[in-house]
Amino acid sequence: MNEAEEVGAGTTAAPAKPPLSKERARQARRRALRTILLGGGVFGAALSGWLPVAYAQRKRLRPPGALDEKDLLASCIKCGQCVQVCPVEAIKLADLADGFGVGVPYIEAREQACDFSCDAVQCILACPTGALTYKKPAYMAVRPGAKLAEKPILLAKQNDPEPTLNLSERIGLARLTRPESCLAIQGKGFTGPARGSAFPGKLRYVEVDRWKPIPLRDHPYDVELCDLCVQACPIKGAISIENVFAPDGRQRKMPVVHEPCVGCGVCEMVCPTEPASIEIIPGEGWRGPS
Amino acid sequence: MSAALKRRFFEQIKCLFGAEPQKPALIEERALQVHQLKRMTNKAELAAAKEMHRAREKHHSWRNRRWAALILVNLLFVVSYGFDIQILEGALTASRFIGFHLIDLNSALQVMLAHKHIITNLLIGTGTVLVLWILLGGRSFCSWVCPYHLLAEWAEKLHLFLVQKKLVSDTPLDRRWRSASWVIFALLALVTGYTVFEAISPTGIVSRALIYGGSWLAMLWVLALLVFEVFFVRRAWCRYACPIGLTYGVVGIVSPLRVKYTLESCFHEGDCRKVCLVPHVLDTVIKGRAVDTEVPLGPDCTRCGLCVDVCPTGSLKFEIKGLSKLL
Repeated sequence: MNEAEEVGAGTTAAPAKPPLSKERARQARRRALRTILLGGGVFGAALSGWLPVAYAQRKRLRPPGALDEKDLLASCIKCGQCVQVCPVEAIKLADLADGFGVGVPYIEAREQACDFSCDAVQCILACPTGALTYKKPAYMAVRPGAKLAEKPILLAKQNDPEPTLNLSERIGLARLTRPESCLAIQGKGFTGPARGSAFPGKLRYVEVDRWKPIPLRDHPYDVELCDLCVQACPIKGAISIENVFAPDGRQRKMPVVHEPCVGCGVCEMVCPTEPASIEIIPGEGWRGPS
Repeated sequence: MSAALKRRFFEQIKCLFGAEPQKPALIEERALQVHQLKRMTNKAELAAAKEMHRAREKHHSWRNRRWAALILVNLLFVVSYGFDIQILEGALTASRFIGFHLIDLNSALQVMLAHKHIITNLLIGTGTVLVLWILLGGRSFCSWVCPYHLLAEWAEKLHLFLVQKKLVSDTPLDRRWRSASWVIFALLALVTGYTVFEAISPTGIVSRALIYGGSWLAMLWVLALLVFEVFFVRRAWCRYACPIGLTYGVVGIVSPLRVKYTLESCFHEGDCRKVCLVPHVLDTVIKGRAVDTEVPLGPDCTRCGLCVDVCPTGSLKFEIKGLSKLL
């Protein structure tokens, strides 16, 4: 085959090429092949980042003001400036297990919820790309039920001239996912630190120090009927304990989530049952009183 | 700029995008004379002079300065968050230096293409960074700031050691792939609507890992890259793949800060090409190749200074265009 090629080259092309260039050509071919293989490998690695996005087991709770998931992943520049300004360090950056979502902020509410200790949703202020935003661009759709009826009033500053948070959409919604374990429904009280004496999560207690969140473990409760979620909720009118009638006709107490809920996750963090009876459903919208 | 240098200027831009340097078609008369003189020099004398120069003590002053700068910048990110001193907040993809937005050019590009919506802060930060790196030399970002560069530099040392021991061999790839990768990653962002490149960018990953900790899985990917570079392809990511490097390379085209080669004093030992991350910018040091008596290196040069350190005759020096005339 080689000989045939050489003869062919000799007859058609005017100057016969020296053998050195043949070896060079072979090397160049090999190099090109290797480059294409490795290049393909890099793109394969990069595109495999789509899989975790497509097959996400559960949605992440994103910081306040986050655009919808697809837009958030596109617009987030993965710099973590939102992480840096959060006074309770609620915001974490995702690892490569999140694929395209690597370096994108999320909140693990059960570990550390956003309690708006910063008073002004500073993470939004810190975001350089508008991935977290006070006001969504007009052309972006609003998820059903995500729009807040009114700017939420932050209890910590309800006596200030400007008591509201600059938020127009909720990031999720609290739901009593495990009513069977809820202490209030069972008519039980609660004594002690909400999450045990080793839990590092922090919360701002206005009556303790408005400007300094303290660890939950340093603030034990003693209540006859558990209403920790209501006590801890930073938003005015977002949750309350209501009288409900059980199927057997007996009257019971139960936490009920209302429209102002922004989905911050403080109720989930503070809930003393294990696992939490009340949880945030990330991205969930308000569908009217249940 | 002489006609031959002008020609070389454009040739070097082609090299930035992956072309191999060619023998120059046009060489200035004064350079030709020097080449001619060098050919006439007694070979034994030349060899003796080379030996003498090479026997000089090796120094690493630019490398040390660069490592210090790179570590300092990244440390500033780390302590700004870690100790809450708020000087340089964020990560290398986007940050704020005492309040001023800085946005990495390639990250900005990925976000703009994926998101198709541009906000003012993003534009301001991108503009600031663009001006900054035009002044500071474009790819100097790579060697003076990028934390992956330092890791890869150490991996390269290990690689070269193994090559010397004949345990591994060097496998060069096609440099045109970096341009292809730039275009493909830009298209991927545009089409998929995800910042696909950021998922594997070792610059972003290492920077975030340093500042925020965690991200073990992402660091495993970086480790895999480094292992690949140690055992297979020398500096594979920086040389052949990284679109960030190409972006800053383009910025460096117009940068006044660069390394300048002086033909007359050069003995053509070729030590510089052995240490260089981008030896195609140093093709001018090959005997008979310099198109003028003084030749600035092309835009793909990372201004790392390894060649300046290693040059036994001081023929390679940093310069700021125009400043030497002023002084």
